[in-house]
Amino acid sequence: MFQNVGEMITLLWRTLRSLSQTPRQYRKVLDQLFEIGNASLLMACMLSLFIGGVLSLQIGPVLAERGLSSFIGQVVGLSMCKELAPVMMAVLIAGRIGSSMAAEIGSMEVYQEIDALRTMNINPIHYLVLPRLLAISVALPLLVIFSVLVGWMGGALVAVFNYQVAISFDGYFSSLRDGIDMLDLLNGLIKSFAFAVVIGVVSCHQGLQTIGGPRGIGRSVTKAVVNSIVMILVLDYFLTRLLIHLNR
Amino acid sequence: MNTPSPSGVSLVVRDLKKSFDGQPVLKGISFRVEPGEIFVIMGPSGSGKTVLLKHLIGLETPDEGDVLIDGESISSPGVMDRHRMAMVFQSGALLNSLTVAENVGLYLTEHRLKPPGEIDRIVTEKLDLLGLKDTGEKMPSDLSGGMKKRVSIARALVVEPQLIFYDEPTSELDPMMAVTIGEEILRQNRLIKATSVVVTHDRDLAFGIAHRIALLLEGQILSVGSPEAIKADPQPQVQKFLTANFKFNPNSNAL
Repeated sequence: MFQNVGEMITLLWRTLRSLSQTPRQYRKVLDQLFEIGNASLLMACMLSLFIGGVLSLQIGPVLAERGLSSFIGQVVGLSMCKELAPVMMAVLIAGRIGSSMAAEIGSMEVYQEIDALRTMNINPIHYLVLPRLLAISVALPLLVIFSVLVGWMGGALVAVFNYQVAISFDGYFSSLRDGIDMLDLLNGLIKSFAFAVVIGVVSCHQGLQTIGGPRGIGRSVTKAVVNSIVMILVLDYFLTRLLIHLNR
Repeated sequence: MNTPSPSGVSLVVRDLKKSFDGQPVLKGISFRVEPGEIFVIMGPSGSGKTVLLKHLIGLETPDEGDVLIDGESISSPGVMDRHRMAMVFQSGALLNSLTVAENVGLYLTEHRLKPPGEIDRIVTEKLDLLGLKDTGEKMPSDLSGGMKKRVSIARALVVEPQLIFYDEPTSELDPMMAVTIGEEILRQNRLIKATSVVVTHDRDLAFGIAHRIALLLEGQILSVGSPEAIKADPQPQVQKFLTANFKFNPNSNAL
């Protein structure tokens, strides 16, 4: 395990050192961005809409019982932007994009395509890892912003049409405006950026470590997704603590 | 950027040793390949040919020993920048996400050695040379095994290599295609004068194209010399490899 962590840190360091190659790889970054958006936007929309809705459905009646239904927007808004959107989107991206990164790089490793790159003096980190890591680091925070907005809408729809809460759109969004500032959204974006780096590094590392045939690729994909999700949840706790401390 | 005209470089292998999980695969291999020479490493499956080839191009690091390209160790920084090398993989190893033309032009595109129009011209020229006209827009998955091999050769030639490695270039090919590939290796050697190292267990190919042959068995070089010298080598293991043939079932005539 410690060897794996060490290798991932080394991979991250080597990728960061190759950032100067970004202009040469911008087309691949754009391709990856398109792929991430294409693969996850609809799913992110569905997920966020229903998470917002469920939050409103669970919390709304409890708040209404205590005469606090005017705070529903604030509660849903904060939960979405500080915690649920970053974590849920990271888990979604780990499953959809991290797995495909590990599979693609893994199959390139198994079928000697990466060896072919090396013999052409093309650095696989520049060619494969850098564009993926950059794309996911840009895409995940953008996806989180999208998810937060859709989640708020989901929460609003349930809050308005659920007779147990029955608050107006204006009331919901006015509570949301009062309770949330840019710093809250920024916290979510910082988290999502960190999660993106974790997913990118873990998935690319697993891909590059692939040995054996199709079974090896399958193993790498599973490891990439499971390790990413575990690391996201562990990192989430420590990042939350750090951000709470910094926000004081 | 202008690339110098290709010319072969020497390759020296010094006492190369490699083990995997304590199992020795290469047991102290030494030989020298002269500039412009076609040097064939021949041996049965599992004798360590591909592992040796990976050491020669720097894809594996030896436990002991060294590989020198024109006197410079393969492990020294920047050696790949100073000497142009290329490898034709057994499977072709084409990038499946790229078209044939993109695969062939990859080296030039990634290193930005030529403007895009010039790259297109070179790619078309190399594909035509290998009888692959009009395949540029195809994906590797649309090609047969023989075509993939030829695309892989075209990709290697674009590098204008001083040293070119072929890993089992005729495996999985029908005899006619194997002859075509053998002729292609000879033609390219005459044309670009690159030093060629061919790893194969195909005796016909080896004796058809080699200036010199090394016979590898269980991680050791058993014999090195001209094709005639190898044929005349009295060692029983050499003769066994050279004369091994199917013992046909006499009943098969019933068909």
